[in-house]
Amino acid sequence: MSTPTMSTVKQGRSELGVALLLLLLGGWAMIDALRLPELETRGPIGPRTVPLAVGLLLVVTAVLLAIDILRGGRGEQEAGEDVDLAHGSDWQTLGMLVAAFVANILLIERLGWPVSGAVLFFGTTYALGSRHLLRNAIISIALSVGSWYLFYLGLGIHLPAGILKGIL
Amino acid sequence: MDALTELLNGFVTAAHPTNLLYAFVGVLLGTAIGVLPGIGPAMAIALLLPLTYSLEPTQAFIMFAGIYYGGMYGGSTTSILLNTPGESASVVTAIEGNKMARKGRAAAALATAAIGSFIAGTIGTLCLALLAPAIVQLAVKMGAPDYFAVMVLAFVAVTTVLGSSKVRGVAALAIGLLIGLIGIDPTSGQQRLTLGLPELADGIDVVVVAVGLFAVGEALWIAAHLRRTPADIITVGAARMSREDWRRSWKPWLRGTAIGFPFGAIPAGGAEIPTFLSYVTEKKLSKHPEEFGHGAIEGVAGPEATNNASAAGGLVPLLTLGIPTTATAAVMLGAFQSYGIQPGPRLLETQPELVWGLVASLFIGNAILLALNLPLAPIWAKLLRIPRPYLYAGILFFASIGAYAANLSTFDLWLLLLLGALGFAMRRFGLPVVPAIIGIILGPVAEEQLRRALQISDGQLSGLYDTWFSKTVYFVILLVLVVPPVVNSVRKRRKPTDRELQPSERAGD
Repeated sequence: MSTPTMSTVKQGRSELGVALLLLLLGGWAMIDALRLPELETRGPIGPRTVPLAVGLLLVVTAVLLAIDILRGGRGEQEAGEDVDLAHGSDWQTLGMLVAAFVANILLIERLGWPVSGAVLFFGTTYALGSRHLLRNAIISIALSVGSWYLFYLGLGIHLPAGILKGIL
Repeated sequence: MDALTELLNGFVTAAHPTNLLYAFVGVLLGTAIGVLPGIGPAMAIALLLPLTYSLEPTQAFIMFAGIYYGGMYGGSTTSILLNTPGESASVVTAIEGNKMARKGRAAAALATAAIGSFIAGTIGTLCLALLAPAIVQLAVKMGAPDYFAVMVLAFVAVTTVLGSSKVRGVAALAIGLLIGLIGIDPTSGQQRLTLGLPELADGIDVVVVAVGLFAVGEALWIAAHLRRTPADIITVGAARMSREDWRRSWKPWLRGTAIGFPFGAIPAGGAEIPTFLSYVTEKKLSKHPEEFGHGAIEGVAGPEATNNASAAGGLVPLLTLGIPTTATAAVMLGAFQSYGIQPGPRLLETQPELVWGLVASLFIGNAILLALNLPLAPIWAKLLRIPRPYLYAGILFFASIGAYAANLSTFDLWLLLLLGALGFAMRRFGLPVVPAIIGIILGPVAEEQLRRALQISDGQLSGLYDTWFSKTVYFVILLVLVVPPVVNSVRKRRKPTDRELQPSERAGD
C-alpha cells in the first residue's frame, strides 16, 4: 500500500479514535461489572470476573494500539474485488445508503415490508449510482412483495403487511 | 470398521430425496455466493439461518455444508477470471490462475481448480469421517480445564496468525468477547452490559451479529469505495484440460490435500497460510519453475486442493470439539446453538443421523460441485457481470429481511445498522473480522468452561492446568506466541529484505 504521507497522517489521527473507542468499551465493561451485586454465586467466580478481564483486555489493547499508531503503525484497509482504495471513503454514497436503511426501519411497521423494503432497495440502487429509475422501481416492488409472500407462504413468518393489509 | 458402517447409514440419510435437494440447493447457492464479489459463505449461512428455522436441523446443516464447500469452489472462479479475489483463501490461486487466464488458458485453470477441489474435498471428507470417531473417543475424556485451554488456543491462534498487526487482531477479539458478554449471565441470572434494555437481555441474536458484521459492514465498506470502472473479466468456455495438464496437476492435488487438511483442523486462521505453503512447495518441486509467475498450472492445482482440504479439515474440530477455526465454521456453530444443539464430543452420540448425514452429503455435494463447475463455468463467469448497484442493494435488502425475521423487531434492525457501522470501521482501520466473530460465538462457551473448571478445583487457579492435556495445550500456546517473533528477529538480522517475501498479509474473511 503506497498511500501518500498526507492521508497517512490523517488516517493516524482518525485511527486514534479506534483506540479511544476500545478504551470506552473497556471502561464500560468494567463499570458495568462492578455494579453487579456479588451474590453468593455457585462456584468461585461470579458474573463479574470475565467482564472485568475483558474490560481490562480492551483497555490494554487501547493503550498498545495508541502507542502503535503514534509510532507510525497504520491499520491496513481491507481490499476486495469491487474496492478501489485509491480514493478516500465516499461519504455521500454512504449517507444515502444509511438513509435508505433507516427509512426501512422507520417505515417497516407503519407502512409494512412491501413498501419499506421497496424503498430500501430503490434507495440503495440510487445511492450506488444506478439511474434506471423505472426499471429499479419495478424490481424493488417485485422483490419486496415477492419476499413478503415467500416468508408468509413458504416459511410461515408474517412480515408486517402495513397499509396493504387485506390486499395482500 | 465402525466409522464406515456409520457413514453408510449417513448415506442412507443423505440420499433421501429431500436431503438430496437441500444438498443441491446448498452447493448451487454456495457456488453462486463464492463467485459473487462481496459475499462469502459465512455471510450466506448467516442470511439463510432465519429461513431454515422451519427445517429439520439435518436438512439445514446439509444445506449449510453445501454452501461451505460450494463457496470454496466459487471463490476460485472469481480469482482466476477477475484476479482480485474476495475470499482470502483464493488469494494464492489468483497469482498463477489469472496469468493462465490471460494467456488463453482459463479453461485449463478452472478445470484443474475444480477437479483438484473435488479430489481434495473427497479425500478430506474421508479423513474427517475416519478421524472424527477417534477424536471423539479422546474428547469425551476431556474435562472443563482441557476445553478452556483449547479455546484459549483458538483465541490466541486466530489473533496472532491472521492479519498484519497483532494488536489489531487482539482488539478485534476483545470487541467480540465484549459483544458475546451482552445479555443475562446464565449462571447467576444477572444482566450484563444490557444498558437496561429488555431487548438485550437474551443477548444479541447470532443472525444479527453475523449479518451486521459481514453483510452490512461489507456492503457499506464496498459502497464507500466502489470501483468506478468495471473490472476486466476474461471470457471462458467449458472448463477442460489436456493430458499434459493432468500429468502436471495430479501430484500438486495430492500434496495440496496433505498440506490443507491438517492446517484446516487446527485453529490457525483458515486456508491462508496452507495455500501459500502449497504454492511455495509447488514452485520448489516444479520441473517448470520458470513458468511460475507467468501462469504455471501447478500453482493453481496445489493451492486450490489445499483450500478445499482445509475446509474439510475445519469440520473436524467443529463437529468433535465444538471449536470453530474459520468465520464460516463460527457461524455454523452459532447455527447449531440456535437449534439448541451444542457441538462437541457428545454430538456423534446424540445426533448420529445429523453428523453422518452431513458427512455423507459432503461426498455427494462434492460430486455435484464437479458436475456443476466443469460444464457450467461460462454461466458462473456471467455472474461476475451483475451490475454492482443491484448486488449490494440486494445484500442490504436480504440482510434487513433476515435480521428482522429472526425476532420480528425493529430493535434488531437498529442493532444491525450499529454492527454494520462497526464492521465498516473494522475494515477501514484494519481490524480483522474473524477474531471478532470467533470471540462473540466462542466467548460465552469459554466462560462457562472456565467457571466449571474453577468450580471443580474449588477456586484454585492450578485447576486450569492440572491435566497433562491442558499443560500440553498451554505449552503449544507459548510456542505460538514466542516462536514467530524470535524467528522473525533472527531472520531480519540475517537478511533485511526477507520481509518482502512474507505471505499476503491481508486479514481473512
